[in-house]
Amino acid sequence: MRKIECELAIAGGGPAGMASAIGAADMGLSDIIVIERDDHLGGILNQCIHNGFGLHFFNEDLTGPEYAERFISEIKRRFIKYLLRTMVIELKDDKCLIAVSPNGLVEIKPRALVLAMGCRERTRGATRIPGYRPAGVMTAGTAQRYINIEGYLPGKEIIILGSGDIGMIMARRLHLEGCVVKGVVEIGNFAGGLTRNYVQCIEDYDIPLYLGHTITNILGEERVEAVEITPINADGIPDSSKKFIETCDTLLLSVGLIPENELSRQANILLDPITGGPLLDQYFQTSLSGVFAAGNVAQVFDLVDHVSDSGKKAGENAALYLRGEIPPWGKETASVIPGEGVRCVMPQKLTENCQGKLNFYLRASTHRRMVLLDFSASDNRIIYSEKINIVRPPEMINIAIENVDITPSGKYYFTIKEEYL
Amino acid sequence: MNNNNTDVLIIGAGAIGMAVAYELSRYELSVTVVDRLNDVGGDASRSNSAIIHTGFDAPPSTLESSLVVHANPMFDRLCRELDIPFRRTGAVLVAVTEEEEEEIPEILDKAHENGVFDLYYLPARKVREMEPLITPKVRCGLYIPRESIIDPFLLVIAMAEIAVKNGVEFYRECEVKNIVYNGRSFTTETTKGKVKSKIVINAAGLNTDKISNFLGIDDFKVTPRRGQFHVIDRSAELPIRHIILPVPTKISKGKLITPTIHGNWLIGPTAEDLSDKSLSNTTRNGLDEIISDVKKLIPAIDKNYVITQYAGLRPVREPGGYHIRTFKNIPGFIELSGIRSTGITSSPAVAVFTCRKLKEMGIPLKHREAVCTVSTPLPIRKGIVMFRELNNLERAELIERDPLYGRIVCRCETVTESEVVQSIKRNPGAHDLDGIKRRVRAGLGRCQGGFCGMHIPKILARELNIPLNRVTKKGGGSFFLNGETKRFE
Repeated sequence: MRKIECELAIAGGGPAGMASAIGAADMGLSDIIVIERDDHLGGILNQCIHNGFGLHFFNEDLTGPEYAERFISEIKRRFIKYLLRTMVIELKDDKCLIAVSPNGLVEIKPRALVLAMGCRERTRGATRIPGYRPAGVMTAGTAQRYINIEGYLPGKEIIILGSGDIGMIMARRLHLEGCVVKGVVEIGNFAGGLTRNYVQCIEDYDIPLYLGHTITNILGEERVEAVEITPINADGIPDSSKKFIETCDTLLLSVGLIPENELSRQANILLDPITGGPLLDQYFQTSLSGVFAAGNVAQVFDLVDHVSDSGKKAGENAALYLRGEIPPWGKETASVIPGEGVRCVMPQKLTENCQGKLNFYLRASTHRRMVLLDFSASDNRIIYSEKINIVRPPEMINIAIENVDITPSGKYYFTIKEEYL
Repeated sequence: MNNNNTDVLIIGAGAIGMAVAYELSRYELSVTVVDRLNDVGGDASRSNSAIIHTGFDAPPSTLESSLVVHANPMFDRLCRELDIPFRRTGAVLVAVTEEEEEEIPEILDKAHENGVFDLYYLPARKVREMEPLITPKVRCGLYIPRESIIDPFLLVIAMAEIAVKNGVEFYRECEVKNIVYNGRSFTTETTKGKVKSKIVINAAGLNTDKISNFLGIDDFKVTPRRGQFHVIDRSAELPIRHIILPVPTKISKGKLITPTIHGNWLIGPTAEDLSDKSLSNTTRNGLDEIISDVKKLIPAIDKNYVITQYAGLRPVREPGGYHIRTFKNIPGFIELSGIRSTGITSSPAVAVFTCRKLKEMGIPLKHREAVCTVSTPLPIRKGIVMFRELNNLERAELIERDPLYGRIVCRCETVTESEVVQSIKRNPGAHDLDGIKRRVRAGLGRCQGGFCGMHIPKILARELNIPLNRVTKKGGGSFFLNGETKRFE
């Protein structure tokens, strides 16, 4: 087994991993290895041929592959090493990685590590939709890859369960390919993805959106023949007296994303049950000191621009850690807790006082207008407050707070409350 | 069909059909197996609780009891022979209510009548010691050490591989349309042509009534009893080591929880008597019933760890009971009907019993020399070497010999491209996605094909030399993709 030692290893060569590598390199670190399982760098961006990427990061409207290409060329320009077709299969709690490729097994021993494994889609099994098990049930992301990279269609008459961003983008994509998109079925009362995707992918093409509905049965033995759609009543339970059958040959699922933390679990890194990612301190550091996490492995982000942001910072912090300028994961860290109206928050831990800006990523738990967002200590002392016109769970709230002084082991809360006009 | 003339035609490639084929392949006979599905493994044989029973609760003094009780000890050697995983986990039967507690002496009596003597009474404290997750309400239990777990797919596949190596011919997607007996031999019409044979063995499971009907036998009916299951991911890390059985009711064995040989857990099954043999779907009520019933035994069961679900149809014969029959007016026809949920367990004994029937018919069974005997070193088959079962040094060595072992195509189960390619190239190999899943577990893990769904169809298309949009999930019209994107000149 080959053995490699390096300063910084990055598990994953998607947007988060590439940004981390660049961030670390720009802090003067040279001995970096990016480990990517696919044939190319870029991760999921390579199959996202639609536009809308880079509006924040580059102030430009790019497609996924274009956005990826910007980072790939930056990686090459800095001569950052990367391994392709190489998958990390083991992470030990001394940061040692075992990766596998057709060239064999390699043990990588880095002094610091960034986890950038991204996320995976929830599938039919996890949603417990009963019925037959025919061909033609596929996650939206798998369909996207077959259409955009392989040139094949999953089917001709499509129903999509879940109105996450990928689901809505695939509704438009399939419509443009001449498929009949017979409906997007969403269990909630709002579209699950970004407003702009709802407008540009659903409204603009008159695709039926069934809000407050779910799929309660899948019919067809060999290939999907139909699905049963049922409205949800006021108690949140499917009302079977109002169910109806819609014929289709394909059911695409866009029912959520799960951060890929199999490796984090192996190394006993503490995870946040709400985000599904590691608990992070303000440096994107996990509970295993010197191991950082960025992008969707930490929590599922709304925009790739934010993923790149988090990657860049995680990479920079990894470089600072190697210089001894960042404290290890502390025993007396303060906790940041999602309070009333907040579903999740990142970072969840604060190791020390912060000079300058400290960024928090939050998600609201419900759709609301005219709200007051507070950051407060456990004695109800309000540290920071901001009025926000509208909060939507699919869209992340990015808050920068300056000069936060913390009490060791203290508890801090984010709350979103209705504001009176 | 290459060969439309054979000594023995076996209809059905489930556990029973393949066990018979495997047994007959030791003798100087030509054997052909046909199945309407796209793979070996049958229907009921692949959607069950994956348990090798002891027969402690079989109806006493029946052919079923005798075959199941005697088959159980055959599995240690059979699984070594076939190089497939098998574990004698043992079962704990749990009485929770007062009525259930009163049943325990009767269950013991029944087991003794069946000739199963190695089962032991457990006081409540002992039950909880053995299985701490069992409800504190438990009153007492039984320990049945020889109840065991197996991979039922691999059992049938492994028997099929050796049978085929020994010369048995297997035809998939080959449905029997009619059988004609002319007084000396049988002509069986199938969707792939006609087969002439001296012997026809009906091992068609749920369809045994239909097959026997072709020869005028109409004294029984087979209806499906549906059993729905949930699969719980290994990440649930349940400390459950034994098969946990409820006290059986008059109607069924009840819903159990069992570890699988691959580290997950199964919970189920329901027992729903239906009339339509195509109703292999799961239902909301059925799945909810599984969760609530199993919670009575193990309150810690959590539906958030469910990774998938399936339903199997067990054949229920009316009149009931195992029937291994020959007919005076149709010499050469053997019917194996009524072989219900215990069929996986009984299959090796049913196979030997069927050979005896052939002997009684006057068919000479002469051992072939080149074939495995008791003195052949075991195993006689080498299973596909699984990357995830090896240590890192062994893995490194393997990749050096076969670089495709260095390409992981299924993340959850850590399956490599080499394993997938081997599963396709073996004979009988996988011709569809479900076939690959059953042979090497790619797609069976928590992401249920989310990642490998990108790779495996491409490997299958390449190895079978077919376009990507001809790849199926399970043969027939179950195409994975259905159409191409717009093309521009």
